[in-house]
Amino acid sequence: MTEATNNEQLFEYVVRIADNALVTGQRLGEWVGHGPELEEDLALANFALDYIGQARALYTYAGEIEGAGRSEDDLAFLRDSHEFRNVLLVEQPNGDFAQTIARQFLFEAYYLRLLDALASSNDERLAAIAARAVKEIRYHLRHTRQWVIRLGDGTGESQRRMQDAIDRLWQYTGEMCTADDIDSWAAESGIGPVPESLRDDWNAFVDDALSEATLARPGNEWMASGGKEGRHTEHHGYLLAEMQFLQRAYPNSTW
Amino acid sequence: MYTQGLDQRGDGKAAADRPELLARFQEKVDAEEKIEPKDWMPAEYRKTLVRQISQHAHSEIVGMLPEGNWITRAPTLKRKAILLAKVQDEAGHGLYLYSAAETLGVSRDELVEQLLTGKAKYSSIFNYPTLTWADIGAIGWLVDGAAIMNQIPLCRCSYGPYARAMVRICKEESFHQRQGYEIMLMLSRGTDAQKDMAQDALNRWWWPSLMMFGPGDADSKHTAQSMAWKIKRFTNDELRQKFVDVTVPQAEFLGLKVPDPDLRWNEETGHYEFGEIDWEEFYQVLKGNGPCNRERLEARQKAHDEGAWVREAAAAYADKQARRRAAA
Ligand SMILES: [Fe+2]
Ligand SMILES: [Fe+2]
Repeated sequence: MTEATNNEQLFEYVVRIADNALVTGQRLGEWVGHGPELEEDLALANFALDYIGQARALYTYAGEIEGAGRSEDDLAFLRDSHEFRNVLLVEQPNGDFAQTIARQFLFEAYYLRLLDALASSNDERLAAIAARAVKEIRYHLRHTRQWVIRLGDGTGESQRRMQDAIDRLWQYTGEMCTADDIDSWAAESGIGPVPESLRDDWNAFVDDALSEATLARPGNEWMASGGKEGRHTEHHGYLLAEMQFLQRAYPNSTW
Repeated sequence: MYTQGLDQRGDGKAAADRPELLARFQEKVDAEEKIEPKDWMPAEYRKTLVRQISQHAHSEIVGMLPEGNWITRAPTLKRKAILLAKVQDEAGHGLYLYSAAETLGVSRDELVEQLLTGKAKYSSIFNYPTLTWADIGAIGWLVDGAAIMNQIPLCRCSYGPYARAMVRICKEESFHQRQGYEIMLMLSRGTDAQKDMAQDALNRWWWPSLMMFGPGDADSKHTAQSMAWKIKRFTNDELRQKFVDVTVPQAEFLGLKVPDPDLRWNEETGHYEFGEIDWEEFYQVLKGNGPCNRERLEARQKAHDEGAWVREAAAAYADKQARRRAAA
């Protein structure tokens, strides 16, 4: 394989991790000021901040790999929906608090395992970014897992809402641990894990939390996909329209 | 921020039958010793503090809304991160302040209830809308700037828990002020459209920022008592003047025009003279007729209502856990 194609693939690989972080951070940012209690407003803002920080580090690196002079902001604000490579799960709307918690829990249960593996990537820069992020996400996941349990094993209403949320989002969980060409390339190059290798652990972790939360694992095993190829749900376009508005309306400005 | 000098009331009667206690209390205050939660204090002192601290806490919380309005639309990732961190700080300020108020014997739930029913006030400034990105700069620069003027003296407030909360808060507010000014600087050195955005924001935020210091001294009758208790160290007008003196040169550095035709430097006094504040607007906004009063309270109410099942679930789960532990 030539240097050029390697770079293209590495760029793709880093960008998809960055896109997951940015889209998640953007969604969490929507909560700020509207959380169910003040402590949760603080936590959600703090988590959003972690994700935006991760996205910045990853986009900056991706821009350097690409070598075309694109900055973190060019990548975040000047690509259209089909160029985003985030998984469908993270772009799903916040919904009620249970839906946000379910989304964060299901994603972070995967993301933590991915970061753990990336921390020993043979790409040093990616390893360093992951090593830092893994500490943040471990803390988030403890928080979101705790909420899954509290809401699941709380009141009748909270249990119903939490179960609904898990059921609704379940179809978006398959994509994360299913390899495509880029994932396979990364695994062969020692850059990232084989996604399927994370699946058993993800399942065990999720099942354990669901059972402690007195929630049922959804029976529907049909899985949606497309995020990694840039085919998103309808929600994605609105998320970008809002996020990218200033950069699009006032091009070539410094902020 | 964001006390507004609205709370210097108190009938001064209850302490009259405890002259020795009152004398000792005042001695302590005069000696610049801190009053702590377990110390005796006049009922009116307590009441004034509860009103002021809770108003301040509510202002932090309601203040998250106009700024939170731009988190999802911040123009760069760096600005988004800075804004998130800022709004997160404000939530933290709200938390410390509610805790400080709780040391005076009121619960956070009661205080939140007072906010939602409109019984408690918050700073009028947050009833103005954030229409453009420049408003985020203007709020940091002017609103946090005015907050600092108000709050630095509160770091020496006679009530210990409040004073200590303010020390930490002031440090963060001065960060916010600098970051806001930096946004204004970028805009005012930017494209014509960005400069217009910055000027428009200054035009809209200038007067409401001056109103943040509360009514003029002639109309704020209870300042003397709060000064004697060392809750307040400077009058509303003194603080407002200080703010104008510091801020006008900053606007000049930005190349922006302060929207006040009467503004001029007075060589003799060494202060800026400025035009008459539209107090009618101020009282209308306080009464609930500002551009966003309804939206702000509705947003708080909505978060409160939609969070109810979450808070109930957390309480129910904690109960179950406690019972399980007891049974084990
Ligand atoms: Fe604050
Ligand atoms: Fe602030």
